[in-house]
Amino acid sequence: MSQIIDIEDLGFDSGAHILVKQCLASVAPGQDIEIRGQAAEWQTQAAAWCRTQGHGFKRVDDRALISKGIEDKQRWITTSTSATELLDVASPGLGLAARGACVEIGSPEFKFRFDRRDEISTSNAAELYQNAINAQWNPNIAIDWSQPQEHSDTLETAVVQLLTYMVENENAALIVPARFLGQVHPHFREIQALLSIQIADEARHIDVFNRRIALFGRTPGLSTAGGQSSLKTLLDESQFGISEFLLSVLGEGTFVNLLQFLRRFAPDQATRKIALLVAKDESRHVAFGMSHLAERLESDPDYRSTLMAAVRARYDSLAATAGLNEEVFDSLVILAAGSLSPDSIATGFKEVQKLLKDMEEGRLYRVQRLGFSNAEATEISSLHTRNFM
Amino acid sequence: MKNNFVLGAVAYAPKVVTIWEGFKEYFKEHDFSFDYVLFSSYEAQNEALFNGIIHAAWNSPLAWVRAERIGRALNTPVSFGPMRDSDQDLTSVLVARKNAAIVTVADLEAKTIGFGAYDSPQARLIPLHHLQKAGVKSFKSRCFDVLGGKHGDHIGGERLAAVALMQNEVDACWMIDSNYQAFSSDGTLTAGETKIIATTEAYDHCIFTMAPRVTTDPALQSVSQKFTELLMAMKWSDPKVRHLLELEGLKEWRPGRTQGFQQLSSAVDEQAFYDLKGNIIEPNYRY
Repeated sequence: MSQIIDIEDLGFDSGAHILVKQCLASVAPGQDIEIRGQAAEWQTQAAAWCRTQGHGFKRVDDRALISKGIEDKQRWITTSTSATELLDVASPGLGLAARGACVEIGSPEFKFRFDRRDEISTSNAAELYQNAINAQWNPNIAIDWSQPQEHSDTLETAVVQLLTYMVENENAALIVPARFLGQVHPHFREIQALLSIQIADEARHIDVFNRRIALFGRTPGLSTAGGQSSLKTLLDESQFGISEFLLSVLGEGTFVNLLQFLRRFAPDQATRKIALLVAKDESRHVAFGMSHLAERLESDPDYRSTLMAAVRARYDSLAATAGLNEEVFDSLVILAAGSLSPDSIATGFKEVQKLLKDMEEGRLYRVQRLGFSNAEATEISSLHTRNFM
Repeated sequence: MKNNFVLGAVAYAPKVVTIWEGFKEYFKEHDFSFDYVLFSSYEAQNEALFNGIIHAAWNSPLAWVRAERIGRALNTPVSFGPMRDSDQDLTSVLVARKNAAIVTVADLEAKTIGFGAYDSPQARLIPLHHLQKAGVKSFKSRCFDVLGGKHGDHIGGERLAAVALMQNEVDACWMIDSNYQAFSSDGTLTAGETKIIATTEAYDHCIFTMAPRVTTDPALQSVSQKFTELLMAMKWSDPKVRHLLELEGLKEWRPGRTQGFQQLSSAVDEQAFYDLKGNIIEPNYRY
């Protein structure tokens, strides 16, 4: 006995096809369903719909018989077993589909450069993203921009020079993940999300640094060729793993030390607060790089030699440059000194030497955690750019 | 590879290029040498069918009626190939606003009826025939004549008529039954605010029309047979061809038939559109 459906007074101009489709889904091709209805000329409408859908149609008095035509199920394929299980390689045909969706065979192929899990992913990516979401901050609320300048113009000049340097570093930290983002297969959506929020973090940092530079009427300070050359090597790196190592593990990790220094010695509360909040964000970026590389090196220990070679190559390419902007170095000393008296400068100078040592120790610690030997870690850390990032 | 089977098609929309490029690729993959020529009107395409430029024409029903008449008059008959499943048993519907005091076609006396393109079989010629048979005579006619020569394929006239209906500019208008649903889905017609007050007899739509020489030359006959076989072999289940079928609006190709053009042929005579030799005699037809 055929299935019967009564569409009552619902016309095909108002969605009757949905009820018919639901009913047809329960029968096999070639089988009939019976339709009853009261809408004016519903049979004419049903016949037109059947013709466009490839189903047979027959009027029988005030009813109609629809014979199911082609089976549409074969056009769908499930290429991912679930929404949560990651594929080792995401095929181009999955395209932009939600992970776990049934994707139609013959969908266009998207060439995403990063389509291999081990090349891009980390197992705690979802957790890192949630942490990032929860830690977002609004500069308009988190920072009190209303305090007047109570420190000397000399200290303000040092703050402005340091932040000028930090803006260009943050520009690199924004552009590098942004370039990777568009090349990540959307199947790895946690990585996509993580990179996106990292980019948003950097955009916010660039904004607050610029706002702070202008807070007391100043314009940005100096930008040096050596500093930009160092950052350019980061932008030139096309391998995700190497980039994470150079930018996040070594660069942003070192930057966290710098921010902690600034938090301690900045002359105004706005800069101190900025340094605190930015350091938290950067620590998450470092954590992502560390997680990704730890997993990658576990499955491919030989990858260490690739990272080692990349550090050496970067050092060689920067050998002819000046390294850290002297104005930046001096600004750090002045900030730690708090004034231009010889005693204060001597104290400031010591603090900056301590900062460099802290940076070195931090790099050694992170690199050793990634399984490099002491000797390797020492070499890597010593070859790291003098520009900090 | 020599292009030995040339099809004519009318460029009623930019997608026509995409469609036939896709088919060309499909034929190429099956070692069938195929090319296509695009025309801006069915009238020019039919003339090319008889003067040896193309082997076959992807013809509208009205173009089939004309080709069949020309072939008969010249004693060089055309033949036909397959048609789409969606070309069979169409009807046109006359749609009015739901709250209008129009229940049957008899209520259309002195009312304004919207038609599609002047040369549209589905939205003008067959509907006029239907009204004539029903004895409705004193209505006002408003023709939404766009893109003459394309026999209403672009459905632009039908859509303009539907828009005019919703804006109270006409009292009723004609469209293909499937466009009634399409216009309801896309909001051209407000869902539930219209009603069908008449439906024409069923008719067929597009059909491949083979040039006279294809009918008489055995070598060309076998080429056209191969063309037909390859079309019939296209399966919806094959993802490689499905997008072509979707673009062309069918689920499967079916063997052609011509009885579904009888109603249109009567309409053509009645409205003096073509004469029995296929000459265009309608003075107001612009293409």
